[in-house]
Amino acid sequence: MSFSGLLSQLLEILLAVALAPLLSGWVSQCRAWLQGRSAPSLLQPYYLLHKLFNKESVLAEHASPLFRSAPYVKFGCMTLACAIIPTLSTDLPLAPAADAIALVGLFALARVFISLAAMDVGTAFGSMGARREMLIGFLAEPALLMVLFSASLISKSTSLTTIVETLGHRELAIYPGLAFAGVAFTMVSLAENARVPVDNPATHLELTMIHEALILEYSGRHLALLEWAASLKLFAYSCIGLALFFPWGVAEAQAPLAMLLALPVLVGKLAVGGALMALLETLSAKMRIFRVPEFLATAFLLAVIGMLVHLLLAR
Amino acid sequence: MRYHQGAMNQLPASAQWLHIDWMLLIALGWLAVGIAGALALHRLALVARWLFPAGGLLGLALFGVALSALLATPETALLPVGLPGLPFHLRLDALSAYFLMVMGGASAGISAFAAGYFRSGEGTPPGLLCLEYHVFLVSMLGVLLADDAYSFMVMWETMALASFFLVTANHRIPEVRSAGYLYLTMARIGAIAILLCFGVLQANTGDYSFSNMRAQALSPFWASAGFGLALLGFGAKAGVLPLHVWLPEAHPAAPSPVSALMSGVMLNTAIYGLLRVTLDLLSAPLWWWGGVLLAVGLATALFGVVFAAVQTDMKRLLAYSSIENMGLLFVGMGLTLIFSAYAMKPMAALALTATLYHVASHACFKSLLFLGTGSVLHATGERNLGKLGGLIRCMPWVAWLSLLGVLASAGLPPLGGFVSEWLLLQSFLFAPGLPVPLLTMLIPVVAALIALVSALAGYTMVKFFGVIFLGQPREDKLAQAHDAGHWERAGMLWLVLGCLALGLLPSQFIQLLDPVTQQLVRAGLGAQVAAHGWLLAPVSLDQASYGPVIFLLGILACFALAFVLVRRLYHGRLRRAIPWACGFPWGTARMQDSAEGFGQPIRQIFEPFFLMRRELPSPFDSQPHYRVQVDDHFWRWLYLPLAELAATLARLIGRLQQGRIAVYLLYSFLTLIATLLVVQR
Repeated sequence: MSFSGLLSQLLEILLAVALAPLLSGWVSQCRAWLQGRSAPSLLQPYYLLHKLFNKESVLAEHASPLFRSAPYVKFGCMTLACAIIPTLSTDLPLAPAADAIALVGLFALARVFISLAAMDVGTAFGSMGARREMLIGFLAEPALLMVLFSASLISKSTSLTTIVETLGHRELAIYPGLAFAGVAFTMVSLAENARVPVDNPATHLELTMIHEALILEYSGRHLALLEWAASLKLFAYSCIGLALFFPWGVAEAQAPLAMLLALPVLVGKLAVGGALMALLETLSAKMRIFRVPEFLATAFLLAVIGMLVHLLLAR
Repeated sequence: MRYHQGAMNQLPASAQWLHIDWMLLIALGWLAVGIAGALALHRLALVARWLFPAGGLLGLALFGVALSALLATPETALLPVGLPGLPFHLRLDALSAYFLMVMGGASAGISAFAAGYFRSGEGTPPGLLCLEYHVFLVSMLGVLLADDAYSFMVMWETMALASFFLVTANHRIPEVRSAGYLYLTMARIGAIAILLCFGVLQANTGDYSFSNMRAQALSPFWASAGFGLALLGFGAKAGVLPLHVWLPEAHPAAPSPVSALMSGVMLNTAIYGLLRVTLDLLSAPLWWWGGVLLAVGLATALFGVVFAAVQTDMKRLLAYSSIENMGLLFVGMGLTLIFSAYAMKPMAALALTATLYHVASHACFKSLLFLGTGSVLHATGERNLGKLGGLIRCMPWVAWLSLLGVLASAGLPPLGGFVSEWLLLQSFLFAPGLPVPLLTMLIPVVAALIALVSALAGYTMVKFFGVIFLGQPREDKLAQAHDAGHWERAGMLWLVLGCLALGLLPSQFIQLLDPVTQQLVRAGLGAQVAAHGWLLAPVSLDQASYGPVIFLLGILACFALAFVLVRRLYHGRLRRAIPWACGFPWGTARMQDSAEGFGQPIRQIFEPFFLMRRELPSPFDSQPHYRVQVDDHFWRWLYLPLAELAATLARLIGRLQQGRIAVYLLYSFLTLIATLLVVQR
């Protein structure tokens, strides 16, 4: 474990935690522009977090410790996820602790905890949210895994740093397998981040909401942590997308100074990615909850087809 | 009379105690405990406070002895019981030692729990249960040690009978009796298949010892016949499709420690048997055997998990989850067979390691969850998920210990279930260059299904834990539920430790598995894994690595840091109030998702899997009611026709029985004449 490795690891975690709300703010700003509304400030998510942290937390009278600890667990999972995805550098001391499969497991752990917490208070909305979240999860999780496997087949590794290094060093060849995986990944990340065709982050209509229903009983600092964790999740997904499909510009162990270049490149890529996500959200309409399984099953099948195409062409 | 053939043992038999002697001593100890129980038939205090804990200690001893035997050379022994001239051949090699270790570890926890569990009441008295329980343990130990078909079958049958009596402990309930009958029938069918399998394997030599079977080189046809029979026989015990029907009936019917023992330990004997036959006795596996196992395993896993997700009875849910896990184990074995048929030894070792790892983690978490349901059942008297809820507040011990089991069962890092799933997916992903293109193409599909199954297992487990322990109590009486006693806690705690150890120390555990994989596929991961210390890297560090300890510490550090920083920079103020629920003040406990409600999306998505009968209310009903019954297609289309066929045949044969002596004399006469005619020719 070198000093530069430690530095890049620390920098990556701090950057993720600090920048994640900014990315959420950027996406909602782009969305507002595209929809012809006047946009909220780019720093709006930070104001919201600050406000929520200042408020006292109101807990349901019979909420168990599970309910109170779930926001911290989710926040911890998402931070760790951001720490192991190579965004600035591939020289990450924490990265060997979790490969692509463990990354998906990490998201699943957070999902299970937050769903259990939503069921803890025992209101109708909470358990409905938990059910819907798990419904999305059980289809999105294998789809994400298959997307990551498509990249793993190319790089012959499930280690995220190796994937990024291999994909970043290849000559600009087009992998049809990755194209399928890209479409699948876009669909999955819309669903997983509670974005428009599946869920609406701005909704407050009880019967249609998923993510909001899950965190309905939370307030104060717990809610702040959950909102922060949600933006960290968006950040992590964006970084997975960048790592798999646009892995150029990430610094490697041999060239620690490339980090200086990697930072503006990353910010640029995230800005473009966020704007594209806002565009996708604006162009699509929210679908009925019963259509969501079809949507995600399509993503799942596309990802599997991506793997098959890769194997077919590889021989 | 007894003599040894241990490779290292050159001393006279009496001078040195081998592992196998200690194991026999443990078996004797269990028998003694059981007999003591039978003598103290109704003295609950003696049985619960002394006999079951003694059994648990013996289980612990078995765990230790087997652990040390795992690293030793194979040992054999002869036990002069049974028919004259036909002694029991026993052999303790790495494979048996591993399964014995899992059995000892799991049974120690279960016995400790059982010490606090059994009460006097209707049905079998506690002393008799103690006898059956320990005979069950001894017979499983015998199955794992047997080295000839004769002793194997005797032990196998004893195991089936002992567990049958345990399943029917509450025999005054008709459902329990019919579940026991179904279980016995399926056990019979399986046993016949295994017997025939051994008949094929001995290849007309008349010598039924396993060492002879190992030496036989069967033609592909007979080897495949032997494999097919083994699959049928051991598949019936493991509950793979379509032989699974007994499992969701029998496991819930049994008292909870027995369910735990059956799910966590007995099912493993089926895996053991199949591994023993395919990789040890049949020396050269064919690739398509692996294909068959893969297909059967996948179908079973998907079927099991989808059915588990819609169950409304907590023990049935767990039973279906056991079916799912058996399916995953079959997938792992199938992959091992495919790889070893093509002599890809490192890959075979990887797949076999994944399988064996899952055996241990399944034994831990499934026993734990069944014990948890036992505590809930005792505290509330309810098995129906629709009448439970909110138990985390009055049963915190059971709830939090079960939570760890639930997380392990859902295959979440950093617990035991995730490691085996991770290894299995790795062996799929790095299956390079299988010579059959079809297999190479199928592998992503199989990996995708495995991922789907494990994600669905997460859904099921959230439902299981959420509906039982979280939310508001759905019945008033639940508020008085009491937490588990000391013995029950101790048993569950031991199994939780197992889940944690399997989750956090995978490298260390895989090194233990090395002798087993060396024995079965002549390759191991031990050296590779040992090189990386705390990081688990089965192939190389560049290809894949997983460090559960760092993983856990990372999450905990973020957790702690967030906790401290929030309190430092802001505050820790907290107020309790009634739930918000969007400002709806009339919410009741019945408005939470019921078990049916939580399973409804699964029912809708996987509708073709189920045979559903719905009774929907019409707008004009004065008393509308809604009912949905979910059944198994196999029951309707396979088992009921078979049962009808059997009943019809029996009725036809029954015509012969007239009940008059003259008719029977006529039969005798006719038989005599027919025999004479035959003899004369």
